[in-house]
Amino acid sequence: MTQAATIPPGALSPPGGPRRTLAQAFGWAVFALVLLWAWKGADMRPLDLWKDSGNMKVFLAEFFPPDFREWKSYLREMIVTVHIAVWGTVLAIVCAVPCGLLSSSNIVPWWVYQPVRRVMDACRAINEMVFAMLFIVAVGLGPFAGVLALWIHTTGTLAKLFSEAVEAIDPRPVEGVRATGSSAIEEIVYGVIPQVMPLWISYSLYRFESNVRSASVVGMVGAGGIGVILYEVIRGFEYAQTCAVMLIIITFVSSIDLISARVRKLFI
Amino acid sequence: MSTGSSLSVRGLSKSFGAPQLALSSVDLDIRPGEMVALIGASGSGKSTLLRHISGFVAADAGSGEVKVGERTMQSGGRIARDIRHLRTEVGFVFQQFNLVGRLSVMTNVLAGLLTRVPAWRSLVMRFTREEKAEAWRALKSVGIENLAWQRASTLSGGQQQRVAIARALVQRARIILADEPIASLDPESARNVMEILARINREQGITVLVSLHQVQFARRYCVRTVALRLGEVVYDGPSEALDAKLLRNLYGAAVEEMLDGTETIDAVMNDPVVAEGLRPAAASA
Ligand SMILES: Nc1ncnc2c1ncn2[C@@H]1O[C@H](COP(=O)(O)OP(=O)(O)OP(=O)(O)O)[C@@H](O)[C@H]1O
Ligand SMILES: [Mg+2]
Repeated sequence: MTQAATIPPGALSPPGGPRRTLAQAFGWAVFALVLLWAWKGADMRPLDLWKDSGNMKVFLAEFFPPDFREWKSYLREMIVTVHIAVWGTVLAIVCAVPCGLLSSSNIVPWWVYQPVRRVMDACRAINEMVFAMLFIVAVGLGPFAGVLALWIHTTGTLAKLFSEAVEAIDPRPVEGVRATGSSAIEEIVYGVIPQVMPLWISYSLYRFESNVRSASVVGMVGAGGIGVILYEVIRGFEYAQTCAVMLIIITFVSSIDLISARVRKLFI
Repeated sequence: MSTGSSLSVRGLSKSFGAPQLALSSVDLDIRPGEMVALIGASGSGKSTLLRHISGFVAADAGSGEVKVGERTMQSGGRIARDIRHLRTEVGFVFQQFNLVGRLSVMTNVLAGLLTRVPAWRSLVMRFTREEKAEAWRALKSVGIENLAWQRASTLSGGQQQRVAIARALVQRARIILADEPIASLDPESARNVMEILARINREQGITVLVSLHQVQFARRYCVRTVALRLGEVVYDGPSEALDAKLLRNLYGAAVEEMLDGTETIDAVMNDPVVAEGLRPAAASA
């Protein structure tokens, strides 16, 4: 404290201080330009919302009251959707463990983790819907195509999250295990996995939550579950039924979110 | 009683890119069953030397050789192919204990015998009754068998360091390398850990090479001391002879850092506890 008082104030600002603000201003300008450009590209017409508000009201009114006459089939398909999410996620976890370890720079040399990471990037970059459409061609319409789609996409996502956890571990316990003369795999099982386990479980549950959401959507291209029904009722202009289906999806997804959030808390 | 391993280091050099060598042609011979202190100021290369012996780091190309017993850990800057297997003989005790905090004390100690367990059992963490009994005995010998089923992270520093020693015992190491094992401990735990190392050395004949920041511990527990300065061995002889004058010659002003920081070197040398500690060490020589 007493020392700081004797240092001239100018000496305290790090070199390159003022240039930082210039760079910041430039950054904001670029951001504003991108927003403007995107306004055109995205065909933004906020006024239409207000102009067509009469139409919108009529449209919304058709949703109510929701029509639950077919609730049994909705429920059955919603459960199929959860089943798709369960298998898609479990298969993805099984694959993401080795793939995650193989894309961690503190576990394997670069010529292993670089290619594995690129493959995982590709799995992640392409949306589940696209994979679903491809798998429908390969294995036909139905839930199995949905499982395969979720599996590939989630493997990409989880492998990245898993490897980030692995790269953040404390290397000292691993060295402690290495010092006993253990093999490389034992080193991972005893030194690495215990450290990342809580995070891995938490990420997996989180992905299961979002896979229930995704599974309701992949159905819309024909990959089974509630999405198939949703697609049919929307296409048939059955808005009261659409509303019922959406309410069922919302109920399921939120309760699964709630439960899974509770379980995740136990592991952190 | 089993005997410890000998250690021989020949012409070991290491540069980490900087012009100043971290190790500069280090020679060191330790006979089976000796307990040797390795002292030196911060940055003098203590950790680097120990990590070379264990084969964690390779020396500069073409430089040096490290042998533990008959086994060559590295030579000519190349780490032995079967280093993982060779390490079984070499226990390592770290300043920060390096336990796996989320695993139980028991599992941490059992990690010491992984090399003797078939892979299908070790990978699912299944151990036989006899193996657990052996881990239990090791924990008992360091006085913390009552903590066996606690998570390692819940233990105090001194207790964790004793778990680490138990792991080295279960490993059936013939030589224990300890890198500043007491630097993160309070004085009471520090003494306790040093007593345990000294007892293991005395009773089981395990060779011990322990790096220490503080000279008074070297004088108290080890008959022989090796002193490093800027990666060079500048003293190798009886700990008793390391008096204030010699230390000042070796380290100049840096010597105060190697004492407690609060004490001056003369105060330490006149400390009756240090003088007392020297007696049993000298007697067992
Ligand atoms: N991985 C590394 N990369 C670069 N330099 C290193 C590395 N490890 C050690 N060094 C350098 O080697 C020299 C010796 O370091 P070392 O850690 O062996 O000293 P030490 O005697 O153990 O010190 P301390 O008492 O602080 O633990 C230091 O100058 C250090 O900066
Ligand atoms: Mg060190």
